[in-house]
Amino acid sequence: MSVFGQSVTRLEDAPLVRGQGAFAADIDFPRQLHMRVVRAEMAHARLLSVDVAPALALPGVVAAWSAADVQGVPPIPFRATKVRGLEPYCQPILARDRVRYVGEPVAVIFAEDAAMAEDAADLVLVDLEELPALLDAAAPPGDFDGARDTEPTIVRKAYGDVDAAFREAAHVVALDLSIGRHSGVPMETRGAIARYDAAMDVLELHGTAKKQHWNRDEIARLLGRAPSSVHLFEGHVGGGFGVRGELYPEDLLVCLAALRLGRPVKWIEDRREHLVATNHSREQRHRIRAAVDAQGQILGIDNVFFHDQGGYIRTHGARVADMSAGLLLGPYRVPAYRVAGHFRLTNKTPAATYRSPGRFEGSFVRERLMDAIAARCGIDRLAVRQRNFVGVAEMPYARPLDALGTDVVLDSGDYALLLDKALARFGWDARQADVARRRAAGECVGLGLGFFVEKSGLGPSDGVRLTVDATGAVELVTGAASVGQGVETVLAQIAAAALGVEYRRVRVLHGRTDRIEFGSGAHASRVTVMSGSATHQAGLALAALAKATAAAMLQAPADSLTIEAGVVRRAEGAGGASVTLGEVARALAPGSALSRERATPGLTVESWFHSDHMTYPYGVQMAQVAIDRGTGTVKVEHYLCAYDVGRAVNPMLVEGQIVGGFAQGLGGALYEAFRYDERGQPLSTTFADYLMPTIAEMPPLDVLVTEDAPSPLNPIGVKGAGEGGTNAVGAAIASAVDDALGGRGLVTTLPITPRDVLRMLGT
Amino acid sequence: MSEHAVTLRVNGIAHRLQLPARRSLADALRDGCGLTGTHLGCEHGVCGACTVLLDGVPVRACLMLAVQAEGAEIRTVEGLAQGATLHPLQQAFIDHHALQCGFCTPGFLMLAVAMLEEDPDMPEAEMVHRLSSNLCRCTGYANILKAVQAAAAAMAR
Ligand code: FES
Ligand code: FES
Repeated sequence: MSVFGQSVTRLEDAPLVRGQGAFAADIDFPRQLHMRVVRAEMAHARLLSVDVAPALALPGVVAAWSAADVQGVPPIPFRATKVRGLEPYCQPILARDRVRYVGEPVAVIFAEDAAMAEDAADLVLVDLEELPALLDAAAPPGDFDGARDTEPTIVRKAYGDVDAAFREAAHVVALDLSIGRHSGVPMETRGAIARYDAAMDVLELHGTAKKQHWNRDEIARLLGRAPSSVHLFEGHVGGGFGVRGELYPEDLLVCLAALRLGRPVKWIEDRREHLVATNHSREQRHRIRAAVDAQGQILGIDNVFFHDQGGYIRTHGARVADMSAGLLLGPYRVPAYRVAGHFRLTNKTPAATYRSPGRFEGSFVRERLMDAIAARCGIDRLAVRQRNFVGVAEMPYARPLDALGTDVVLDSGDYALLLDKALARFGWDARQADVARRRAAGECVGLGLGFFVEKSGLGPSDGVRLTVDATGAVELVTGAASVGQGVETVLAQIAAAALGVEYRRVRVLHGRTDRIEFGSGAHASRVTVMSGSATHQAGLALAALAKATAAAMLQAPADSLTIEAGVVRRAEGAGGASVTLGEVARALAPGSALSRERATPGLTVESWFHSDHMTYPYGVQMAQVAIDRGTGTVKVEHYLCAYDVGRAVNPMLVEGQIVGGFAQGLGGALYEAFRYDERGQPLSTTFADYLMPTIAEMPPLDVLVTEDAPSPLNPIGVKGAGEGGTNAVGAAIASAVDDALGGRGLVTTLPITPRDVLRMLGT
Repeated sequence: MSEHAVTLRVNGIAHRLQLPARRSLADALRDGCGLTGTHLGCEHGVCGACTVLLDGVPVRACLMLAVQAEGAEIRTVEGLAQGATLHPLQQAFIDHHALQCGFCTPGFLMLAVAMLEEDPDMPEAEMVHRLSSNLCRCTGYANILKAVQAAAAAMAR
């Protein structure tokens, strides 16, 4: 039986359960220095002076820099999209002239040990003249730098005749909806350890994640080096979720210091720093209107939203706002659409992607809208969705829209079928009856749902190199990265199934720029789709090469051979002559007769997979909640995540992604928020103030993974599974809480706090 | 800053260290003893990634000073397996996919070891209550609970 599709245990786990991981803080080099960052303590201020002299006077301090010391280094760049004019808003590696959020790096200390560096950082004198802090992205833009205002761009997309749709509408439904500021907050904080190898003239950066190749190229460019003389290494990564592995000021600072000071430099972020310095996400406000006919059929949607980007533009540019605009419509047929996304800076921590970026927000907005349309038209919440679904016969369904620079073409899906399956699994009708009974008895309970379309498998290309050595061990080198989601196991399963070996024989190397020239890392649920497809192709190509070679060794036609458990033999009957893959590899060693017929020796192939379009998994989530009238607490009594992933390589890992993603969505729906006071001081700087779900907050959770709509866009039919657990949690819980409160459309903001619930109970 | 001579007994082995009084137990284990399996997720006592056992009781190694741990029997994740044989909890975490990134795992393992040593028949509600003292950002916890229950069953056999 093929290992593709089996819930096998992970290759990653053994060192991790033994405490033998290699996380960033676990990496040390002899003679290393420790870096500590001095951060701005005001949200918006003129930076009058920075005096590092008192810090330098402390024993053990080797160097201390402010902006004046790093003049030549350009600001942190962003990955280009069509949007122009963002450059002036990028973040310098140390603040120049102004500080724009609490936590912005202002100076750095390098010392013999971490505690010394921390002591010295307290002595740096930073003279600030406070300016008014802008904290509301929906307020009129303010001044950025005297020459520009705080609205770098407006993301606009449109198709169809929106004005006509509103003229002809039987009803116009208008909502004003807000999503709070929260983020990935992995359990491991960031870390960066740089060292310069003078003998090889190579700069190494360790503790990296997610986007090694892009970061390598940018670090090389910013420091004026050849990309081939900079190498990034990935050890274990304690959670990514979008925020980890982006290029941050600290990454550049350790690299620069390693070059200048001639010693390895280590920086490990502490949790307070993490909560003010690592990318935030999500915060948006949408003013959305829908034109519908009397039956609740959507005629057009017009949306204006405000995206709170925080103090600077970071590596994603305006991508989250772009995705919010381009992917808002989800599973529904919308004849006319117009959106204006005001991408605005404020005096808070810069924002970027977090698991299901733009879609967690968009699903909340769209599904609130669907509930409101149902209420206005007097039809059932399920019926309004069924009525507006893109039908299975319409697939592939091209929207006249783009997102992330590719046209939005929904590749496959049967939305109505999944809704039916989920309703049955959840027991919607029985729960409806139960809710009615309990309400009659005075309880405050409700049901809700959110339907969504995810996106995954962003191209354009991914390649892998697959090699069998003389012992029959298989090595897969990929430019993908792992952030703890099980990449090694999944790729090993795909390779093993295609090649015909045991998956534990496959060692997967990822996130290392010294082993493979190109790579796209791990983001946007792309690894299983893109690297997985390349791996599948490579496995088949390597099997073909092994058979061709074995054919010569066994004096048998290649097409009569099969490979099983690493042994090549004739397909009919287990008896007869055979060779192991290790023997085949030896027969292809340099200089051997068989190797001379090939361009390169060895049992090895490189394979590339290209794709111009994303693939779109889809799902529905359903919630049952009960509200405590006394405290305003929302208790999620039951929850279902239903998700069609096309094909699941490892169902256990897919479920694990969904459950973990759900927990993060639950945080964003009910608990997590980065709060600020009126002067822009962050109030959520410890885990006692930034509340993430513990096991006690987890509801009884049911997961339904379906494989009804394999993707036609790749040879293995897969769609990404990483983000579907998170996508609609805000939507479904808001829908359920609103239902409990009488279905009046009161829930317009995430997270839904007990205080909000008490206020709504009183209305 | 003056240094103190401290002997820490970790997983049955004595480590003689010179360290300042302000050094946390977690830092001493990681930097002084080279036992980097004990992780730091917050350094303010909330996440539990740094959980170790001190005379059998789970403590937050980030909140305790190394000098306070002198004389105690300290156990860390590195001490769980017996050679090639994993502790039943380690095996159960693998079998039930109770880890993704694995950063929180040592803390959860040590927390659970103490739970099962204290009460091998711990009821589920009590397990949930105890496990709620640590944070995991990847798994959504469901499989962690399953793994602890499976290990409890395996250890009872
Ligand atoms: S690191 Fe000790 S509790 Fe978080
Ligand atoms: S497995 Fe990543 S934090 Fe728990």
